[in-house]
Amino acid sequence: MIRIQDLNCISPYEWEIPKTFRADMRVPVRIFSTREMLEQAMQDKSLDQAVNSATLPGLVGRVTIMPDMHQGYGFPIGGVAASAYPHGVISPGAIGYDINCGVRLLASSIEAEAALPHLEKLGIRLNQLCPSGVGSNGMLDLSYPELEHVLREGSQWAYKKGFANEADLRRTEENGMMAGADPAKVSERAWKRGKSQLGSLGAGNHFIEVDVVEQVFDPKSAKIMGLQQGMLVVQIHCGSRGLGHQICSDNVQDFQNASQRYGIQLPDRELVCAPLDSPEGRAYMGAMHAAANFAFANRQLLAYGCRQAFEEVFAGNFRNMYLNQVYDIAHNMGKTEKHEVDGQITKVCVHRKGATRAFGPGNPGIPAEYQEIGQPVLVPGSMGTASWVLVGTQTSMQRSFGSCCHGAGRLMSRSQAKKEIHGNQLFSQMEKRGIHVQAGSLSGLAEEAPQAYKDVDMVVETVTRMDIARKVARLVPVVVIKG
Amino acid sequence: MGFKEIDHSADLAMLVWGGDLESLFKDAAIGMYALMGIHSEPPLEITREIFAKSEDKESLLVIFLSELLFLLEQEGLAFAILDLQIHTNEVKASLKGSSISEPVKLIKAVTFHNLEIKRSAQDFMVEIVFDV
Repeated sequence: MIRIQDLNCISPYEWEIPKTFRADMRVPVRIFSTREMLEQAMQDKSLDQAVNSATLPGLVGRVTIMPDMHQGYGFPIGGVAASAYPHGVISPGAIGYDINCGVRLLASSIEAEAALPHLEKLGIRLNQLCPSGVGSNGMLDLSYPELEHVLREGSQWAYKKGFANEADLRRTEENGMMAGADPAKVSERAWKRGKSQLGSLGAGNHFIEVDVVEQVFDPKSAKIMGLQQGMLVVQIHCGSRGLGHQICSDNVQDFQNASQRYGIQLPDRELVCAPLDSPEGRAYMGAMHAAANFAFANRQLLAYGCRQAFEEVFAGNFRNMYLNQVYDIAHNMGKTEKHEVDGQITKVCVHRKGATRAFGPGNPGIPAEYQEIGQPVLVPGSMGTASWVLVGTQTSMQRSFGSCCHGAGRLMSRSQAKKEIHGNQLFSQMEKRGIHVQAGSLSGLAEEAPQAYKDVDMVVETVTRMDIARKVARLVPVVVIKG
Repeated sequence: MGFKEIDHSADLAMLVWGGDLESLFKDAAIGMYALMGIHSEPPLEITREIFAKSEDKESLLVIFLSELLFLLEQEGLAFAILDLQIHTNEVKASLKGSSISEPVKLIKAVTFHNLEIKRSAQDFMVEIVFDV
């Protein structure tokens, strides 16, 4: 168990677990957190998991932990770790089962005040047009050849099929298509699971939320993104559904042997890994990128469903209505990027598990219109509380391999949340506050109650104090669709 | 033999115990269904078999439970485990069950996180963490 005295306090927002803390650590762990949030995190196994993650072979720099950290399974949520090519490792469990789980933000031209009488209807139509729930099938049942296009092309496939426009692609991480996806490395079982699930939200903490831009902190960046105070926006949070879960499960299972073959000793079997240039590492990378493409296309189809719902509900009442994409980012991904390590530009695989990319201004990986301001970073809060739009900074490249936080971060277990919070009471409270809720189950709603999460404002304050992101706008919800 | 849910910040976890490995596997299945809100045995209408091999018993447990998750997601089927035999890292199970209405909660995957089947004088025990 790690105690607070084992950590070096670097600043009120930065802490370090030195490499000397445990003999098998290959790099130190750097945590961005206030003391209060750190002490909260020490009540679960987040930091032990961070130390375990620091034992992966070939890591460079340091493992970075974001303030929304919480215990995961192997690698902590909110963790960022970079391994160097070619001999560093890739670990499927350090990317997660929901490969390319991420968030998409759409900005509308509709004033929230004027939309109030229509919001209930909007919630109902969003719920009908964007399938959600535990075993939900998607909008399409794909043939296998069509699914192969999705796996190779992601949102670019959606564009060819008329579900996306050019700006959607441009304003999606990697233009909505990870190069190097290899459908041949995707198991038959994963294909089967993916075939019927494209265009579905799923369950758990996934959601579609209509928010109001409550406050703008950086008018110039907000304007470039199309965000205006008092206007409606839409957030979509979901990933690669059963296809991604299966790819991760298959590879964590296969890597059990691979880790042994490569003589890699690990403190937790969920962290199994293989060298990036090994046949196993390359096969997983190809399959993982295919799952990432599935997730980009999935969010694109859900965005299409949202646009249909907005069109139906608002078209007769609002002139020149639009729902333009602000950005789409992944927060469970392994990305090949170049970063400065010990003064040298180094090719690395950045594992982000519950952490988003946050590239600063001028980075070639972000669209032309955002070159001046930096990459939009989307930080959804807990259900019913605020969410944030930030932008990445140059400092994030130095401090966190160009990464930032991904949400509020859980504080309370699901079982505790269900004991303390009743879904029907929460439902009424949210309705009283003017938030329309469409939920698959009341117990599922209780698990996602705001009390079960950290204060997202404090999380955002921490990353901005660390200068890995800047505040652009704060959003508050008016409609919540939960699987 | 039995199981109980244990606290986990974000995902689901349970402790399972049984007098032998077979009971442990059976109760792990019942416990996993319970975590998804499937509490009673389904009518015994459809028969299936699971056969799997692996390097060790933990890996075998993950494969066995993952197979049940797959059958639930793809075919909407939940099962009672009628017979289950384990011989040197091979599991053979006879299942009978039926289709059920949608489970209350989704389990995405069975993880290997700190997965270790421990043996005491009376019992086998294991803690399993599920990604949800």
